[in-house]
Amino acid sequence: MATIAPEKPAETRNPEAVVVRFAGDSGDGMQLTGGQFTLSTALAGNDLATFPDFPAEIRAPQGTLFGVSAFQINFGSREINTAGDAPDVLVAMNPAALKTNLDALKPGGLIIADTGEFSKRNLDKARYETNPIEDGSLAKWDVLAFDISALTIEAVKAYGLGNKDALRCKNMWTLGLALWMFDRDRQPIVDWLNAKFRTKPDIAGANIAALNAGHAYGETAELSGPLKKVHVDPLESEPGLYRTITGAEAVSLGLVAGAQLAGLHMFFGGYPITPASSILHHLARLKEFGITTFQAEDEIAAICAAIGASYAGQLGVTSSSGPGIALKGEAMGLAVMTELPLVIVNSQRGGPSTGLPTKTEQSDLYQAVYGRNGDAPLPVIAASSPADAFECAIEACRIAVQYMTPVILLTDGYIANAAEPWKVPDPETFAPFPVRFLTEKNNGEELLPYKRDEKGARPWIKPGTPGLMHRIGGIEKQVDTGHLDYSPANHQAMTDARKAKIDGIARDIAPQSVTLGQEGGKLAVVGWGSTFGPIRRAVDNCRKKGLDVSHIHFRHVWPMPANTGELLRKYERILVPEMNTGQFKTVLRDQFLVDARPYTKTSGQPFKIAELEAAIELALSSSGAE
Amino acid sequence: MTELTKIETTLKDWESDQEVRWCPGCGDYAILKAVQRTLPQLGADPKNTVFVSGIGCSSRFPYYIESYGFHTIHGRAPAFATGIKMANPELDVWLVTGDGDGLSIGGNHLMHVLRRNLDVQIMLFNNEIYGLTKGQYSPTSREGTRTPSTPVGSVDHPTRPCAFALGSGARFVARGFDVSKKLPDVLKAAHAHKGAAFVEIFQNCIVYNKDVFNDFAAPKGAEDRQLWLEDGQPLLFAGGTKGLSLDREACCLTVVDVVDGDWQAAKVAVHDVRNRALAHMLVELPFGEFPMALGVLYDDPKPTFEEGVALEREMATKGKDTSFAKLLAKGQTWTVKGSETEPG
Repeated sequence: MATIAPEKPAETRNPEAVVVRFAGDSGDGMQLTGGQFTLSTALAGNDLATFPDFPAEIRAPQGTLFGVSAFQINFGSREINTAGDAPDVLVAMNPAALKTNLDALKPGGLIIADTGEFSKRNLDKARYETNPIEDGSLAKWDVLAFDISALTIEAVKAYGLGNKDALRCKNMWTLGLALWMFDRDRQPIVDWLNAKFRTKPDIAGANIAALNAGHAYGETAELSGPLKKVHVDPLESEPGLYRTITGAEAVSLGLVAGAQLAGLHMFFGGYPITPASSILHHLARLKEFGITTFQAEDEIAAICAAIGASYAGQLGVTSSSGPGIALKGEAMGLAVMTELPLVIVNSQRGGPSTGLPTKTEQSDLYQAVYGRNGDAPLPVIAASSPADAFECAIEACRIAVQYMTPVILLTDGYIANAAEPWKVPDPETFAPFPVRFLTEKNNGEELLPYKRDEKGARPWIKPGTPGLMHRIGGIEKQVDTGHLDYSPANHQAMTDARKAKIDGIARDIAPQSVTLGQEGGKLAVVGWGSTFGPIRRAVDNCRKKGLDVSHIHFRHVWPMPANTGELLRKYERILVPEMNTGQFKTVLRDQFLVDARPYTKTSGQPFKIAELEAAIELALSSSGAE
Repeated sequence: MTELTKIETTLKDWESDQEVRWCPGCGDYAILKAVQRTLPQLGADPKNTVFVSGIGCSSRFPYYIESYGFHTIHGRAPAFATGIKMANPELDVWLVTGDGDGLSIGGNHLMHVLRRNLDVQIMLFNNEIYGLTKGQYSPTSREGTRTPSTPVGSVDHPTRPCAFALGSGARFVARGFDVSKKLPDVLKAAHAHKGAAFVEIFQNCIVYNKDVFNDFAAPKGAEDRQLWLEDGQPLLFAGGTKGLSLDREACCLTVVDVVDGDWQAAKVAVHDVRNRALAHMLVELPFGEFPMALGVLYDDPKPTFEEGVALEREMATKGKDTSFAKLLAKGQTWTVKGSETEPG
């Protein structure tokens, strides 16, 4: 065991929050390790946020820099808003993992490295000329380097596995060590392993042995090296039943809830695309809740089938990422024209084109708000966290059926994959919004398929209903009758009616509130979507420093709540941090003629709190005001 | 075809109040009448009938039928029909498309609706031209077709709709033409087939591709150039004086003369709608050398997509708990009681 440990006084460590990053080859099972560590963290009563960061390649060549898969978790005894700016602990399972993740590590942080993987060959693959563990280049960190591979093989010897299978238990060995380090109970992981390998007791036993060996190693290492047991106290949270939830799970469950509250069966049309496919996977297993899933031949067929299902009286839903959403554009226009309910989920990723399939970005806002031919307005809702995605999905369903309109729900790669603790809600507390189909003629002896109600919505008429046969389609509709009508006055009237219907939603949603801070002041930091966590933490930190700054976060990005303009004008300056080149800033300027300033980032990584704090301070300084 | 309560209607009951907007003399009028004539004979119920179309001249069809109708977007009608049928398998769905809509922009969807075997009737109006966009060549236009987009003649090879359908896995393939008196019989056979029923209907575009099918569709000399197929009957044409025989060595059909009506002596093959190999030969017959094979070329049902989906749902939901509250609390949970946390 090579240790390079700066001399430090013995201390009982009891920090408020800790950031740990597990990094290894994409075949090393780092996402699984991270997921189980997340569970144990949740069971320990800490608040947490995670950031899975994995390559687009399924099995990239072993040991390469582009094949590194990482999982970061931030947990603490206080409210946790982000996955953390910089890790305190980096677990590096090979040289490539060390190289690609070292920059992020806090000075003085701890590196745990598996020397068994620091062979000449692997060092070459990671483009290291000399072994960093031995050449002194890691001097500003604590290093705990030892042969995890050999220790794992030794630990699972009794199970008679081949070398390859034995080494696959390495991640459990590492997890065992992490559990020791953070004073965690092993039992839930043992239970999980037994359940997972129910039919392969040898594999279960080997993994448990590796977990226990890693845990036991902690004691030994503590005596001789930099490793210290750390205890993070639980966060006082509201009593109740909790689970962890990812954004993809939350969207799926929210859609199920939305369909149930509307009293409808749901039809989900999807086509495989990263990172949206997991919604299709979740829903495909929920047939008993009246859900039909359809893996279509392409993105276009997926949305068209969903519109067909809505036409036939179910709640049509489709989901994709930017490139797939682009393909769905024409069909969205048809849903706008035929005024049928539809929910379109976009799990945004880095663009343009194929872009960064597994990385996060918020660059599809223009596409959502403006990206269709003709004047084709539709509401856009954005989830701010994995748990928030649940409520947003319900809200999308409500608006879709009450306004007879397609609705876009924006999440992103970060929200879709990240997990957070979630207080399991009681479905009895949700307000139902049952759908009423038209069952008889609505104007005396006449059927008017486009007669509007007080919300501006037309009736929903299912084929199969006696006496209400009628035709709809993409050609401009005559006011009320829905007959083909190209006449100038009619197109004006229908364009106005479609716009008024969507604009009217602004009055049917909760007024925009201030997330943190007060109504009015020097600076409002305005966000939407997954930037919620870092903005909230940064604004909180700045307010504690005495700065006059508030956080306003939008769920409804189109249309925005009716009080938005009035609220924004109460601040001297407006700063809009976004993971794009300034799209929401443009929308705010256009809609409210306010001097919104952009603060943008498109690296495929979420904002760091420190970056935002610096941006806030600059915006408040005279130079920031120009 | 879905088992529906048959109801009494007349041709008039299927006429919508919309003014028909095709060019005077267009073959579409004849097809519309044939469909309106057929529906009462099927005992079809307007409230359970849905016509779904894409974009193009043919796709205006739903507006003129007094039933439910959905005029969708270019090429995608099969996808809409899939959603409709999956949401409500009780509906009797007719798909209306053309050679451009169904085989060019929508070729992908047509292929998949056929291989999935969704229980719908698909009428592909083939006029070998783009009509609504003013006369460009289409994927079924013959080589050398001169149009505004191919002023010196098209160079690409046309596709054969029935061969495409069969190759995509269709279990019912038939052919007819707009003014044929036998078209309602073809449509009835398509409706009787449970599963995706593909019908190619040759349709005369009198403005941009006038009389392009006259070689076989013109009444004069039709006997010699049309081979109407009937299950279990010999492949005879030209008033029974000619027939198609199977050349086993060359593995193809050949034209043979039939003397004194003795088709057996001439070794004329007998049509079998369940013989897929025969169907493959029939859809590939080059017209000219051979007559145009019309009627039901292939009809061999297998389970439909929506039946499969329903069966799968039944199996997947059997005995499952449908409590949404339990679903929300699924997986590994923990309970917070004041300051204590314990696994749930």
